[in-house]
Amino acid sequence: MAETVQDIRTEYVAAMRQKRVLNMLLLVIFVALMVAGFATADARNAGGFWDGWRNVLDFPGDVIGEALSRAQLLPGYFLKYLPSLIETINIAAAATLLGAVLALFAALLATRGLAPLPWIVAPVRRVLDILRAVPEIVIALILIFLLGGGPVPAMIAICLHTIGALGKLFSEVNENASLKPVEGLASVGASWLQRMMLGVVPQVAPNYLSYALLRFEINIRASAILGFVGAGGIGYDLRNTMSWGQGKFDEAAAIFLLLFGAIVIVDQLSSHARNRLTHGKAYKDKGAIL
Amino acid sequence: MTTATLTLQAERLIARKKLVALAAPLLIAAYLIYVFFAFDVPGLRDRVSLDNMNTLLRDTYSYKTHVTQDNRNGEVSIAIEGERKGTYPQGDSPDWVKLGPATSVDLGDGHLITLGETVRYDIPGYGTVTARPGRSGVNAKLPPGAVPDWINASRNRIAITTDAGRLTITRNRTEVFRYFTGWELFFFTLDSPFHDLSLTQLIANGDYGGMWSDFWNNKMWRHADVAWALVETVLMAFLGTFGAAIIALPMGFLAARNFTPLGAARFAARRIFDFLRGVDGLIWTIVLSRAFGPGPLTGSLAIMLTDTGTFGKIFSEALENVDDKQIEGLTSTGAKPLQRYRFGVIPQITPILLSQVLYYLESNTRSATIIGAITGGGIGLLLTQAIITQKDWEEVTYYIVLIVLMVMIMDSLSGWLRRRLISGDAS
Repeated sequence: MAETVQDIRTEYVAAMRQKRVLNMLLLVIFVALMVAGFATADARNAGGFWDGWRNVLDFPGDVIGEALSRAQLLPGYFLKYLPSLIETINIAAAATLLGAVLALFAALLATRGLAPLPWIVAPVRRVLDILRAVPEIVIALILIFLLGGGPVPAMIAICLHTIGALGKLFSEVNENASLKPVEGLASVGASWLQRMMLGVVPQVAPNYLSYALLRFEINIRASAILGFVGAGGIGYDLRNTMSWGQGKFDEAAAIFLLLFGAIVIVDQLSSHARNRLTHGKAYKDKGAIL
Repeated sequence: MTTATLTLQAERLIARKKLVALAAPLLIAAYLIYVFFAFDVPGLRDRVSLDNMNTLLRDTYSYKTHVTQDNRNGEVSIAIEGERKGTYPQGDSPDWVKLGPATSVDLGDGHLITLGETVRYDIPGYGTVTARPGRSGVNAKLPPGAVPDWINASRNRIAITTDAGRLTITRNRTEVFRYFTGWELFFFTLDSPFHDLSLTQLIANGDYGGMWSDFWNNKMWRHADVAWALVETVLMAFLGTFGAAIIALPMGFLAARNFTPLGAARFAARRIFDFLRGVDGLIWTIVLSRAFGPGPLTGSLAIMLTDTGTFGKIFSEALENVDDKQIEGLTSTGAKPLQRYRFGVIPQITPILLSQVLYYLESNTRSATIIGAITGGGIGLLLTQAIITQKDWEEVTYYIVLIVLMVMIMDSLSGWLRRRLISGDAS
């Protein structure tokens, strides 16, 4: 069948039109969902959006006003709440460390071709999926009931979630690792642990470290949030100081600043380190997409 | 460079690597030891509550029915989990309780309790315990011999815990617990006509509308409220993620070096992103809940603010990595700036942006649960409420299962959409 240019053009135009109609339809559905969703959320909220948005700045205004009026006290507050901040960071760091080490082994077990027993891959992956799906707060609240308040429940909760999240990322990295060193080590009689530690880990270590650092940034935020529900650290102090009518908004402001500063500093350091890990020393820092 | 200097260099390098290989694990171990003591892990042994652990485990897979006698007037009431919502109507009882002047409670395996002015408990393999609770105390009579450790007796109170159940007598109240496996009244509460029908009887009954409404409005499990809470949580994630993406896209152009030559504008946009990300979701949630009160809208806006910062950074970086050649090609055909953006830039960045946004949709479902717990909305609120009461662990289990399912479904949905919208187009 001989196709003329004319035929091709009509076909193309028809296909384009169909695609455009489809895209338009998708867009209309999306906009309708957004509008309906916003209306529903607005209706089910205690205070409506249209009444509330004028008050958005009231609370920050109160906090800043109170902090400014007693600005000379701020350095003292920084010192007072520094131990809490250190506890929050310790929770995140310990959870990331333990989680990363456990995730390393979980990831090796969850990668086809590296697992010592082929049937173990699927169950380990399911376990990682479940660990990832349970929000930290669920585990933390239950552990607080069992172990009492304090940093340990928060650490365990974040650690479990970290195993799930890093285990998946690590096993994706493992899939790209070359199997040749592993085969070489196997041919000289290395055990499974030796093959993994000497054959796989050196290849993937920079990527592992980079993911673990990113996780550390996320975990600091999680640790502050868990403090807010009773697991110690700076989140707990924040909740106590910002309740109404205590006149402690200046202390709350100090905690806000400490937390903000800690998050920004850790983010900067970690993003710098991650760039060096993934692009080498010469790479000019411009921030990587992760 | 001679061989000798090269060897020296190599040796120095290897020595350094050895040092690092040794020092890193040592440092980590030292840090963990410090944390071990800073978190007071040794003191944890005193704080662990084994009672709580038992309650929790037992409650997740079983429930108990209370048979309570008021010792002053002899009135007997039967309630599942001791809740008003699970109370049997007056004169009605499950088949193991025989109401009468002396109510008898059969705990199974030969354990028989008779209530009344005198309370009797026949314990197989031990003997009969009787008590006459009154003003002078519970007046318990135990079989001769040493009191076993599962009986806790004093003048005003006696508690007997056996495998079959538990009997507590005080001067004013006699209470019997019997444990059953499963979740109580999950489908129908006692006031529903369907509650003691079997599955085949239900199918034969035919009143499916009535069944659905009794199930949906179950007062004990509140299925309708739970479904709404799940919808609210997903809604928070959906509105927050896509709202943030819509705001972040134009701001991303503003922060990208190759689209905004004006340094000041770029700087401002980037600092806004840093600020939104740095002030954590927790703080945004607190600030917004003061203005809007608890609910899904507050959660959506909190997610939206935080993610605007994240997306802005990701989008502007994606825009900076756009291939110029396609834009040059379009320029050479005489395309106007708007057309250049539409056909030269958008097709290049759409897959990256879409895959990032969909990835965050899944992760925000989890955040929405957490934010809900703080600000009071969605399934997070129900979960914290159930945990705070410290007795409805079967509900906690139910919510956790639902949350895990919800996150997993959102995960597969976002993965499916990513494949459909990004790579699926070509096939």
